[in-house]
Amino acid sequence: MDYQKAYLVSNPVGPGSALFFDEELCIGCNICVNSCRSDVMMPNPEAGRPPIVVYPDECWFCGCCANACPREAVRMEHPMPMRATWKRKETGEFFRIGCINHPEPVTKPPVVD
Amino acid sequence: MYKNITDLQDMGRKMDWPYPVNYGAENYSETDILILGGGLAGTAAAIEAAGRGATVALVDKGPISYSGSGGSGVDHWHEACGAPFCTVTPEQATQYFLNTPYWGGKFTMAHQRYISAVESYDALLELEKMGLPIRDEAGEFEGAAFRDPETKLTVAYDYEQAGVIRLKGGAKMKPLMKKECDRLGVHFFEHVSATSLLTRDGKTGPGATVIGATGVNLRTGEFYIWKAKAVLVATGIPQGLWVNSTEVNGGGSKHWDVNCVGEGQVIMARAGAQMTLMESNNTGIAGGPFRWPAYSVGDWSNTWYPCPIVDANGKKIPYIKNGKEVTEWSEFFDKTWPSPMKSTGANDRGGMAQLPSNLPELIKQGVYELPFYADMTQMDPQERRALWGLMIGNEGRTNYPVYKLYSRYGFDPEKDLLQLPIFTPDQALTKPSWMGTNVPQWRDSHRTSNCAVTDWHLKTTLDGLYAAGLMVANNYASGAHATGRYAARNMIQYINSLSEDHPLDRLQIETEKKRVYASVRHTDGIGWKEFKNGCCRVMQDHCTEYKTDKLLRQGIQWFESIRESEMPMLRARNPHELGKVLECYAQLECSEMTLYASLARKAGTKVFDFKRTDYPEFDPPEYDVFITVSCDENGNYITDKIPLDYYLQAPWESDFKSNYEKYASLDVRRKL
Repeated sequence: MDYQKAYLVSNPVGPGSALFFDEELCIGCNICVNSCRSDVMMPNPEAGRPPIVVYPDECWFCGCCANACPREAVRMEHPMPMRATWKRKETGEFFRIGCINHPEPVTKPPVVD
Repeated sequence: MYKNITDLQDMGRKMDWPYPVNYGAENYSETDILILGGGLAGTAAAIEAAGRGATVALVDKGPISYSGSGGSGVDHWHEACGAPFCTVTPEQATQYFLNTPYWGGKFTMAHQRYISAVESYDALLELEKMGLPIRDEAGEFEGAAFRDPETKLTVAYDYEQAGVIRLKGGAKMKPLMKKECDRLGVHFFEHVSATSLLTRDGKTGPGATVIGATGVNLRTGEFYIWKAKAVLVATGIPQGLWVNSTEVNGGGSKHWDVNCVGEGQVIMARAGAQMTLMESNNTGIAGGPFRWPAYSVGDWSNTWYPCPIVDANGKKIPYIKNGKEVTEWSEFFDKTWPSPMKSTGANDRGGMAQLPSNLPELIKQGVYELPFYADMTQMDPQERRALWGLMIGNEGRTNYPVYKLYSRYGFDPEKDLLQLPIFTPDQALTKPSWMGTNVPQWRDSHRTSNCAVTDWHLKTTLDGLYAAGLMVANNYASGAHATGRYAARNMIQYINSLSEDHPLDRLQIETEKKRVYASVRHTDGIGWKEFKNGCCRVMQDHCTEYKTDKLLRQGIQWFESIRESEMPMLRARNPHELGKVLECYAQLECSEMTLYASLARKAGTKVFDFKRTDYPEFDPPEYDVFITVSCDENGNYITDKIPLDYYLQAPWESDFKSNYEKYASLDVRRKL
């Protein structure tokens, strides 16, 4: 069995992970780090790698980091208790932000993007 | 000495701090104008001042391209009285605020509202010159009732009075303003927190003159000393004095920029400037539990105003005006009420048609079944696109966090019903749905409160010290711009009149350095979160909906105890934590100022949910005053009262227009 080795570590910090990085796309430029008003992220000591999300509990969920990333490597997710729900009118199906069986993404951009 | 090693980081491997740390190392800067707080107000002031020939230093805890409450986007542009299509005059706009308790009512700082109503549209045209796309050039909304064919601008709410512009491109605003500052040579101090104001001869209290400030870099721990001929404070209003719920929603539990915690109020009062409306708070804008990310759920108020609401079975909940259902959009408004805007919170839609006021009863009787949904599919396609693509698409914390995130998960406003939060029936309609529910102890600053007493120069009660934005009780992006640029011009006028230069006082700087770095001198002690929550508890217990002298004095006593006992134990293990500890100091002092201001108001007032069981009378004439709090020359809090219309009493003119014309300083330039 591939169980993980056990370590003595602190509890995870609330409220959630806040930010996720695509390691393939991210080049560790730290533009996101420097777009954050709260310093939620710190540069990775290993050059070229995604930043470390040190203070997710201070995230304002403004999305500036995700918008600032030139490679769309950063994703912001609301904490689990904050994920909105909706109903598809025609079928009556229910969905929630974060669910795995969500409908096809909508590609229409905002009026100004 | 007992030590409680609860933090595993202290026992295990530690990572090196990623930035070079140099606590106490001094950086010195000298400019005409120093601006503390680089949100919309501060940055607009920087652009105005630098454009008129002044040298400017701009300081923020975040990066200027994104900092401040409007740093991630702006959707409405209010009080657009200068727009060719707007029928509301600046006088009517100002009167609207004075008449509307939701925005402060009789406690409105009406001089700054007038300034904003006059200059708001000009400020928007300035932004357009910087490259902000504000017009529907592509004609996406052509033919819509909310699009002005001449200017191609889109408006919100009452399309006839047209006092609010639905802004295109608001999410681009702050990066463009940063670029303009770059062009004008503004000196930036980013990731730096201001810690104190410096005064002539080091003397503080009434009559002090402000000549600079100090700060700390939140990444390197270095110290900053700024010398300036005039200082503008635009740091927003305090948040989190009652609730600090980082474990549920992180910094997202704060409505304004998460960095707004009251440091500005504290440093101004400590220098001797009078702050006011410090006792004004309610369960309104943030605070409450069961909240959702801003504008992220179905709603009937604010941005969502034109959206039909249906119940779990698809039954439409009617909008009612004067006891009758209203279906035509043009009938939604009370035309007898000239207003620069029609959007207030909860089910008080500011003269607009409302959901049934007995909705809680109707839910209990089963007439409407929970949950409710915002049914955008029923909307006129242009209105729907305006709501979702224009407003949600550009508002702060909705461009990426709602529009783009929800699109990625497949939410489609043409096909889907976005759910409203499921509250208990009695909690229905208490406030905009994303703001959660009301608990009397979970309070926050009223949206127009905790401001500086300012005059027609937007100068505080101290020479050399000015204020703008939320710091003068303007809660809009448009007002932040308007008051920022107006204050900047008046600062140049003041600087041009100065003949002497005053050196900084070294002892004042040394005393501040000692205070600032106390928490990095030891590794044991308590962390900032515990301290913040401890201070919150004192406020939850002693300064809530119903107040008494005894409770308020007890609260003050507990803060004195915390100052002696826990405050010296606060520890900072890196410059980031040092910033949080400095926030702790500010939170404690801001809470104390709130208690002193509350003590001085010995009567209830309905405007900001302020009740006294020991002085049960509401709004007696002798308390139709602004209560002020400041520090005397020894640092002790003092309170005072000033008339509600002080800005129309001598030495000022008795009407808004004359004052504006006399003090707007439209042609001023820095004299060299």
